[in-house]
Amino acid sequence: MNNIVVLPLFIPLILGVSLFFIRKHIRLQQWIAALAALATLAASLMLMGQISSEGIQVLHMGGWEAPYGIPLVADMLAAILVAVASIVTFACLLFAFHFIGEERKNYYVYPLMLILLCGVNGSFLTGDIFNLFVFFEVMLLSSYVLLSLGGGRVQLRETVKYIVINIVASSLFVIAIAYLYSITGTLNLAHIAERVAENGQNGLTTTVSLLLLTVFGLKAGLFLFFWLPGSYSAPSAPIAALFAALLTKVGVYVIIRMFTLIFNHQPQITHTIILWLAALTMILGAIGAIAYWRIKQILAYNVVVSVGFILFGVGVATDASLAGSVFYLVHDMIAKALIFILGGAVVFVAGTDRLREISGLIRYRPILGWLFFLSALALAGVPPLSGFIGKFLILQGGVQAEHYIMAAISLLTSLMVLYSVIKIFINSFWGESLLSEGEQKSSARGTLLPGFLLAALVVGLGLGADIFMPYVDQAVEPLVNPRIYIDAVLS
Amino acid sequence: MKFPDVILQTAAKILVFIIMIYSIYILFAGHNNPGGGFIGGLITASAIMLLYLAFDVETVGEIIPLDFKIIGAVGVMLALLTGFGAVLFGVPFLTQVYQYVNLPLLGKTGLGTAFVFDLGVYLAVVGTTVTIIRSISEDL
Repeated sequence: MNNIVVLPLFIPLILGVSLFFIRKHIRLQQWIAALAALATLAASLMLMGQISSEGIQVLHMGGWEAPYGIPLVADMLAAILVAVASIVTFACLLFAFHFIGEERKNYYVYPLMLILLCGVNGSFLTGDIFNLFVFFEVMLLSSYVLLSLGGGRVQLRETVKYIVINIVASSLFVIAIAYLYSITGTLNLAHIAERVAENGQNGLTTTVSLLLLTVFGLKAGLFLFFWLPGSYSAPSAPIAALFAALLTKVGVYVIIRMFTLIFNHQPQITHTIILWLAALTMILGAIGAIAYWRIKQILAYNVVVSVGFILFGVGVATDASLAGSVFYLVHDMIAKALIFILGGAVVFVAGTDRLREISGLIRYRPILGWLFFLSALALAGVPPLSGFIGKFLILQGGVQAEHYIMAAISLLTSLMVLYSVIKIFINSFWGESLLSEGEQKSSARGTLLPGFLLAALVVGLGLGADIFMPYVDQAVEPLVNPRIYIDAVLS
Repeated sequence: MKFPDVILQTAAKILVFIIMIYSIYILFAGHNNPGGGFIGGLITASAIMLLYLAFDVETVGEIIPLDFKIIGAVGVMLALLTGFGAVLFGVPFLTQVYQYVNLPLLGKTGLGTAFVFDLGVYLAVVGTTVTIIRSISEDL
């Protein structure tokens, strides 16, 4: 029993709800929201410390032991992701303080961001598949509102699409849970894993696993990403940054969890399918990223590419590739938040997101420009930034397992990603300046603090990889050997 | 616009009390029997809806001068804090305590902290349901 496990859910939820009482006091709301993100971060760091010394932490809520009660399970992977999600939310909040208009501030944007964080953290920490569904819905409901908030024409159109896609995915999710329950007779993830391991993963179970893969593919943007570029380019920049950093990553995390813990007995079917879907996702995403000339679209397609890349490592499923996937997942949450924040700032300064109409921003916004350049390099995985180590490990695992074609595809798409973000940099920062000092639509001062915070993390994770790597290795242990996770929950 | 419907208004004045009392019974019954905060909250919300149908928004606003969004938030806070109370006693989050107490008039009565949680759920459901239905009806 360890009550700290519940804090990453509890803190953002209760402080988020408390903001309802002070709707008119925007400044106080901002302080409390930032405090909530920091407190969540502190709780998750404490959790990481405990896990590294004492192993997986489990909280049987209400004192009902698993498999009858509902546990929260914090293994190192979940704890790391919770910590990163809190940092990213903090950065997006700082960005939102400056860039979100009055019309949204008055309509509960900060409570919604905190409740989104609660849903994300809950999805990472829960040890029960039905609770996973519930936390997914908490996350999705707040994302529906955040997406439509402001009510622009494009926003409402994209919201309707987004809601329809997610309702379809969620109902498939419930159907898959029902199948899984009728096969195994339990909803506890560890218990399901034990039963599937005992009775063997037969054809029916594998089919259900593919249904779940479809569901999370839709949510994570694995191959079924047709909805993603539209939805992620519609909301205002801070919200888009939060979505890009967190929402798809939850889907990725669940795919990792499901296919390492439960459905790991038929890798020749499931993991091969994941590999091919990952390859297709990388190729199509990269084509999208280089094809467009609008900043928001290019960045949204970059989200897709990285999902494919992380799941390439999951499909290979060796020690090295899984460590790479975990490392890259952490890197990608930070780097995507960073580049969306900076990209959003460029759009704010220039007043448009069409690359052909922006030029020469470096004269007026040099710091923004160089930060953008740094994050572009990090996104492509240039050493010594954090993307490099993850990419290196995934490729190492892939080549060792003789997936040469996939490795080639991922290297090629990395180059395409680099081209797509450098295209933004060159077109918007180089060249003749079209704006004079007075004409700029906005200053970019509000981006500098969150920008520097996340950029420092990107650099720090790359240079300090030796310090961070033991945590990643510990996160990979239960992925390679699910027995550790099962024993921790059911003992 | 609409003329006062005497039959509906008269019936509503009586029915609202019956529905309210039933919803509170359901809320209390929820510990061991079918019922609970969620369904009790829905029944209360339906009583408030009946008032909205029989009278108009302004009249009901005078009868119940509360912001339902705040009621919902109070409910969520109450439920969360009850769950967190367990943490202060060093037992897992959401653990409940149950005890029999001899109360005057009622005699031997079971009191559980789970009820406070249920009350929170009840308020949250009333708050959100009424807010949703009101905002939909405002569009029409």
